[in-house]
Amino acid sequence: MDRSIRRLGAFLIGLFCILFVQLNYIQVWRADDLNTKPENRRPIDQAFNRPRGTVSTSDGVVLARSVASDDRYEYQREFPEGELYAHITGYFSYLFGATGLERAYNDELSGTTAGQRVRDVGDLFVRKDRTGNLKLTVRSDVQAAAKAALGDQKGSVVALDPRTGGVLALWSWPTFDPNLLSDHDLEAAGNVKKVYEAADGEPLLAKVYREIYPPGSTFKVVTGSTGVETGMVTPTEPVYPTIRALDLPQTTRVLPNFGGSLCGGTLFTILAKSCNTSFGQMGLDLGGPALIDGAKRFGFNSTPPLDLPAVPSRFPDIDFSQQLPTLAQSAIGQYDVAATPLQMALVAAGVANDGVIMEPHVVDEIRDGEGELVRRLEPTAWRRAVSPQTADTMRQAMREVVARGSATRLQIPGVDVGAKTGTAQFGPAAPLRSHAWVIAWAGQPGQAPSVVVAVLVEGQEGASEQTGGRVAAPIAKQVIEAALAPPPAPPADTTSTTSTTAPGGGG
Amino acid sequence: MLGRARRRAELGLIVLAVAITGGAYTLASLGTTASIPANIGPFLAVIAGLLFLAHVAVRRLAPEADGLLLPLAAVLNGIGYVFIARLDPDLAGLQATWTAVGIVAFVLTLLFVRRARDLERYRYVFLLVGLVLLVMPILPGIGVSIRGARIWVALGPVRFQPGEFAKIAFALFFASYLVEKRELLSMATWPRIRPVLPDLKHLGPVLLAWGMAILVMTAQKDLGSSLLLFFLFIAMLWVATGRLAYPIGGAALFGVAAYGAWTAFEHVQTRVTTWLNPWPEAQDRGLQVVQTWFALAWGGVAGTGIGLGRPDRVPVVESDFIFAAIGEELGLLGGTAILICYLLIVGSGLRIATQAEHPFDKLLAAGLTALVGMQSFVILAGVLRVLPLTGVVLPFVSYGGSALVANYVLLALLIRISDGSARSARKGAR
Repeated sequence: MDRSIRRLGAFLIGLFCILFVQLNYIQVWRADDLNTKPENRRPIDQAFNRPRGTVSTSDGVVLARSVASDDRYEYQREFPEGELYAHITGYFSYLFGATGLERAYNDELSGTTAGQRVRDVGDLFVRKDRTGNLKLTVRSDVQAAAKAALGDQKGSVVALDPRTGGVLALWSWPTFDPNLLSDHDLEAAGNVKKVYEAADGEPLLAKVYREIYPPGSTFKVVTGSTGVETGMVTPTEPVYPTIRALDLPQTTRVLPNFGGSLCGGTLFTILAKSCNTSFGQMGLDLGGPALIDGAKRFGFNSTPPLDLPAVPSRFPDIDFSQQLPTLAQSAIGQYDVAATPLQMALVAAGVANDGVIMEPHVVDEIRDGEGELVRRLEPTAWRRAVSPQTADTMRQAMREVVARGSATRLQIPGVDVGAKTGTAQFGPAAPLRSHAWVIAWAGQPGQAPSVVVAVLVEGQEGASEQTGGRVAAPIAKQVIEAALAPPPAPPADTTSTTSTTAPGGGG
Repeated sequence: MLGRARRRAELGLIVLAVAITGGAYTLASLGTTASIPANIGPFLAVIAGLLFLAHVAVRRLAPEADGLLLPLAAVLNGIGYVFIARLDPDLAGLQATWTAVGIVAFVLTLLFVRRARDLERYRYVFLLVGLVLLVMPILPGIGVSIRGARIWVALGPVRFQPGEFAKIAFALFFASYLVEKRELLSMATWPRIRPVLPDLKHLGPVLLAWGMAILVMTAQKDLGSSLLLFFLFIAMLWVATGRLAYPIGGAALFGVAAYGAWTAFEHVQTRVTTWLNPWPEAQDRGLQVVQTWFALAWGGVAGTGIGLGRPDRVPVVESDFIFAAIGEELGLLGGTAILICYLLIVGSGLRIATQAEHPFDKLLAAGLTALVGMQSFVILAGVLRVLPLTGVVLPFVSYGGSALVANYVLLALLIRISDGSARSARKGAR
């Protein structure tokens, strides 16, 4: 009997060994995989019971921070500036997850990147909270100017430094208050979300980098640059005929100028007057492949490498040879062309920065609680749009637009400004409605431009070529003036700013 | 001499078990409310008092018994209590009461069973008692069905699972019956031409008892218990006869039964499907297993610390799934400690079996040990998804009064056998 008893013992030991192996498999081998499964609520529970780093502007205004909370979770995410930076910071919600920087930089904010978790051997044994603090390139004064200038009109404003790609302002109206969505009262947060989702103008959508619109005449900068880059167009050649409408091939239809006006001439003139006939002809002369290539070099059909989830803009990548009328329309930013305000700012940035578009980014650097640098976003070239010579020619052309063209309202004494306006008609023919656009760059005379701006004002009544210059240009001017002013001094101690912005309840 | 050393070791280990329990209790309170529990003093006094009572009983009634079993049960019971109290304070009071009842049952068993062999002659009483206990939950009026398993009996305010006691009754019956018939059963006489099995008439009563037990269990949809009873039967046949043909044949028989159950019962099919791949049903039938895996993975090697995890995300965590909570909050290290505790119980029990002189003692000790070891394995394997889930409680740890009391009785029987063989060994040596 003893032999069988020993065998029984061996059998039971074998069974427990299986359990031990399985325990190791679950708790060690599969642990990371299981901890990141979307069904697993534990990481979210933990995220709400841990502090996260702060988010602040380049001049030290705190945009997001964690404050101790005495409700069901230990920390409440707070956005002291309310809706002003909502499309940058995003929200941090138990129910809806995180958006914006809260999502894109979740690991850095929560201190869970490998570099933050383990800095030296001692960290393997002591669990330290090395939450990362984000310092943005965004300036509070430029952001405030963008909001004030746009006012209660639906639209978007983006300003960035073309030399570095650092975003100075990123604003869309309507927007939302991230405090309401991050409320720990889940029912209240849920109601707020429903209200926002039902609201007009999609407040939750960061339209400035996530919605595409017909760019209208601002796209003529791309067409003109492509013409110059290919050598087909120079400041003196060709001289486009002064006509009211362009006869389109393959159809009986024509491409008219705005209001049927007479328009034509050399590059500087046709850009300043925004001649549809001339740029339609330029597009036809360039041909589909060259124009598609030119648009792609400016970043169309690619996702801009913004450190927020930007969407790509669209230039139809099709065979235009059998549909030349649409090629002419595409050359003036109509037909199926659609761009985010961010993308149009990058077009201006390419021209301003000698043909090189820098990677756009809102985060400047990340430091942990002890002030040690976690990561810095170094300026990096994204793509070369055109040669420096072409960029120089186009800058001159855009200066003409401000000097005597459609963007005279952008003239700022003592400042070198270049711009292009646009009015993109959309929807049914009556009542006539259009988006007003302007893209612009500005800087001290004789120096490289230090700011580019793109402004889109949605859904204007009527559609005349003047709309962009009348509606959008004054907004761009205020933003440029704010950006060219010296940045505000950072507060002496950014950590002691104790605002009492209480998260509101209900919608 | 041996007895005194064993009692001294037992007392020392019990003090250690009390310290571990008290420390864990304090940590749990610090983890959940960030304060030292107000009742830590009375708490320690009560558990120390109960265990001291058990220790004194062993000292008086079985002074030369193995000294490991009681401390092992104490530490498992203590950790189980801490987790139950941390998960559901309402259940903690009940579990404490049942622990006290269990200790009293332990003492009474030692008091009334002065010699394990005395039980041998009540063979058919145990068979009858086992069968009655098994049938009780099916009887109208007193039987209660909870979560799909009709394994409960309600007598007034007290609800218990008679099946837990039936297992011990069957172990006693099998032991006494097989001791008598083991010579016959180890000889193959059937069929005549090429004998592979013993005469069926010797096997008859055992098969009958086993068959009825399985039938009743299946009717109660209690797969875990029928699996346990089946294993108990096969293991004791194997130990009694020493013939490997029994476990092999038993495994084959089990395979057939399992396939039969799989085709016959829909709830068995869903269990197996959920076992093979719980992820598509992670919010539904696979919820327990998936959440258990999340809990264990979250605990990692060192655990979150008692009171700092989220074991409440695992349904019914205080009972069958308590190991998920332990694994999350004590980690791989704590979970492994629990596994080692069971292995030590199995080791002690089987050592008692080998050291016992009388075949009945041997067989009973082996059977009871196999029961505890296998029950632990079955539920842990279900929780860890090594096997399909079958609802049995984790001995000494899970919430559940009947199992706790039954396991303390089982422990007392093992200690009684150990004491008996140590005494006769001393007499023989003299």
